[in-house]
Amino acid sequence: MINIIIQISKYLIIILMAVYTFSCFSIFTRNYEDEEKRVLIRQDVLLFLMQFVAFFTMFLATEDIRILFLYAALAVVLLGVILLYNLVYPNVSRLVVNNMCMLITAGMIMITRLSADNGSPYGTAIRQLIFVVLGVTFGLFVPVLIRKLTFLDKWTYIYAAVGGCALLLVAVFAPTSGGAKLGFEIFGFNIQPSEFVKIIFVFFVAASLNKSKEFKNVVITTAIAAAHVLLLVLSTDLGAALIFFIVYLVMLYVATRQPLYAIAGLGAGALAAVAGYHLFSHIQVRVEAWQDPIASYGDSGYQVAQSLFAIGTGSWFGTGLFQGQPDTIPVSETDFIFSAITEEMGVIYALCLILICVSCYVMFLNIAMELHDYFYKLVALGLGTCYIFQVFLQIGGVTKFIPSTGMTLPFVSYGGSSVLSTMIMFGIIQGLYILREDEEEQLEQEKLRKERKSRNGMGRTAPRKAAKNEPRFEEVPKQRPRKKPRARAK
Amino acid sequence: MRNKEFAWITYFFVILFIALMGYLVYFTIVRADTFVNSPYNQRQDAFAQKVVRGQIADRNGNVLARTDVAEDGTETRVYPYGPVFAHVVGYSDTELGKTGLESVENFELLTSNAFFVEKIQNEFNGNKNQGDTVVTTLDAELQQAAYDALGDNKGAVVVMEADTGKILSMVSKPDYDPNNIYADWETLNTDEENSPLLNRATSGSYAPGSVFKIVTALAYMRQDSNYPSYTYDCTGSISMGNTTIPCFNNTVHGFEDLRSSFANSCNSSFANIGLSMDIDGYRGTTEGLLFNSSLPSVLDYTKSSFALNEESDTAEIMMTAMGQGKTTVSPYHMALITQAVANGGTLMEPYLVEQVTNYTGTEVRRNVPKSYRRLMTSEEAAQLKEYMTAVVNEGTGYELSGRSYTVAGKTGTAEYSLVDGEKTHSWFVGFTNVDNPELVISVITEGSDGSAGGRAVNIAGTILDSYYN
Repeated sequence: MINIIIQISKYLIIILMAVYTFSCFSIFTRNYEDEEKRVLIRQDVLLFLMQFVAFFTMFLATEDIRILFLYAALAVVLLGVILLYNLVYPNVSRLVVNNMCMLITAGMIMITRLSADNGSPYGTAIRQLIFVVLGVTFGLFVPVLIRKLTFLDKWTYIYAAVGGCALLLVAVFAPTSGGAKLGFEIFGFNIQPSEFVKIIFVFFVAASLNKSKEFKNVVITTAIAAAHVLLLVLSTDLGAALIFFIVYLVMLYVATRQPLYAIAGLGAGALAAVAGYHLFSHIQVRVEAWQDPIASYGDSGYQVAQSLFAIGTGSWFGTGLFQGQPDTIPVSETDFIFSAITEEMGVIYALCLILICVSCYVMFLNIAMELHDYFYKLVALGLGTCYIFQVFLQIGGVTKFIPSTGMTLPFVSYGGSSVLSTMIMFGIIQGLYILREDEEEQLEQEKLRKERKSRNGMGRTAPRKAAKNEPRFEEVPKQRPRKKPRARAK
Repeated sequence: MRNKEFAWITYFFVILFIALMGYLVYFTIVRADTFVNSPYNQRQDAFAQKVVRGQIADRNGNVLARTDVAEDGTETRVYPYGPVFAHVVGYSDTELGKTGLESVENFELLTSNAFFVEKIQNEFNGNKNQGDTVVTTLDAELQQAAYDALGDNKGAVVVMEADTGKILSMVSKPDYDPNNIYADWETLNTDEENSPLLNRATSGSYAPGSVFKIVTALAYMRQDSNYPSYTYDCTGSISMGNTTIPCFNNTVHGFEDLRSSFANSCNSSFANIGLSMDIDGYRGTTEGLLFNSSLPSVLDYTKSSFALNEESDTAEIMMTAMGQGKTTVSPYHMALITQAVANGGTLMEPYLVEQVTNYTGTEVRRNVPKSYRRLMTSEEAAQLKEYMTAVVNEGTGYELSGRSYTVAGKTGTAEYSLVDGEKTHSWFVGFTNVDNPELVISVITEGSDGSAGGRAVNIAGTILDSYYN
């Protein structure tokens, strides 16, 4: 009987997820703010419904009351997140907040399910929830910091020094785990500096390229970026090295508007990859495992093979919660959570998850395009690319689309560093968006004042300064047409 | 403010993700089965808690394996034919794991495609669903005949349909009774002299003896387009350096061309051919016939090996050309080469599962014949066919002539032990109904001491008689 409920809930969850995902993209076609708002509220309803169905099903399957407590805690936290963001920052991109909550929910469902069978039941689920709370609390301050710290674009070499040193420390001192040097254990927590250096790195590149796009500066910036990548390769953190590399190329191309740089960079990267393949045996092992995980099942192919067994067995609709064996996948709570999710929730659900990540990225790039300040534009672009490329490497790796690099799936995977750094990234982009929205409102008011006083002459920085004097929690005009049509890709 | 570059980057990543999602869809539709069915996938065993393992049947519906459920719910796997299908069907035991088709088709057997209303009823009543039935290409009657014909010999028989690749029979001896596998395990697993658990048909590595002359002849035909005018005067042996290769029983074959060398299975002539060949080309031909490479097979198998290279000395070249030396091959692989000859050069992918049905017989999926690869041109195949016909009509396989069906083939005797030089393996590979090939057969018996191919030819004759009469 319970099995039938699980099977029905499985389809219900897929439907809720699919409708949610559809609205992530249909929202881009809405033209009026209150229309947009309705969609966003509907998204929240879908989110909480799905959460309820999933956790209640898990409760029925295990008859463990602790699952209901976890559910209540998660629901309260996420409700808090959504309300707080709306209260403190009415101009926040609510789509991104919703997506963030959805990804956390998808991760929490699977972490709860997986940790039910652990030695210490629900330990990781509870810790993940704590990470989320910490991350959100911290993340809420980030937009304020962005607004206050107006000199962020001046610290070019401080960023490079801090980031470089952190990576150097890891490369030299960090213990090797799973073939790679990733981070340190402090107070029982595993801290992965590269997760945070990513952010500093984006600031460095943005600051440097904002200052000058002359050839000489491009060469210097490239050299420093290459040093970052090299340090990561030395720590055998290949996934992170690849992310730094791609993020740099993307930022360089956009800043210089010179496709030749990007092509040359990709060419150099391809050469380096071939050289690396011949130089490092661990890269060869990864590639072998990718080509035929079953043939190398005894050692290197084991993880990917287990991942593919899970995805294949799950198929379109999944096995249903607690009906599969995602616990047989190695590191299923972190690196292979996508496979665990696909096994029990199905490929359709997994595709929706991917689309939600893409929706975040499209929104980030929209934000980048709308910003006026070139430094901030580059920061938004860099951080967004950081995020989406990590998602690509992660999901591509566990599905055998590309060789596996061992990454976490932002917001979905278990892990403090991952949750916190992603939260900071999202917070910064949100902060930039709020800045822009405030500017926009300021402009409108200036325009009105200008019409009244028929005076002109506004400095570039004037709106930002003026914005500080405005009341912070301003009522948003109800039927405001949505700015000018979003600078959507044409 | 120019935003063109931002748009390009967005496009780029959106396309990247469309590719990723496309791949995931492709994986789910096309590739997933391979992984799900992998014997490494432990998930399959969890299905057993909800599904009663399905039946394995032969092509005519005879049950080869079924699960009996006692009133208290205890399940017993029953193999009505006892040891007859032991290696090909295999066993399924909770402790010992699974082999043969029980292992390969595990996923199908533990999947239930019963009518959904019935499945819902079972769900409510807490009953297990009945797993699907795997209908094999095997023919129980022919299998029994092959099993009986092999008698007490150690060895193996493979029979398949020439034009489809359907495997009709696969016997390996010594055998075991899968019904008692758990009780007999200790004895079976430690019997290294007889290794009864080994499927000799696919995993036996034997010196091919004279059946390898099919391969040598093909290599020679490719290297010397003037092969029809090849001649050799056999004096009963050939010497080169310190090596002397005698013909079987030192028979003096006299003046021969390639055809009569093949029909007489003349060792001296083939050693002579070997010496005249370019070794790289020879090796290329053997590898084209799937030596040193993977074979199309769902069952576990041992790769065949061909060891000649540029450094090999003349002794080894002469030995290899007539089928001795370091070459090893499985009876299954020899059946594949013979099938390609029968089939005009194209190897049909061999298969064991005709269809999968739900337990009431409604078809779930069906396998169709597929060509695997062209191993030789149709001209080459026709030429080899002619030579193999000559073997039966006027050569070492004469015993199979004049029956109600025609046969073409090649006999072989392989010395397998330098210490025990008297003991030899006896081989026969061939096909029936030569003008429109029907059955392909490959037989080996270990350690016989009769005339060249004698015992294997007899066994093949007995099996084919039972099929045609």
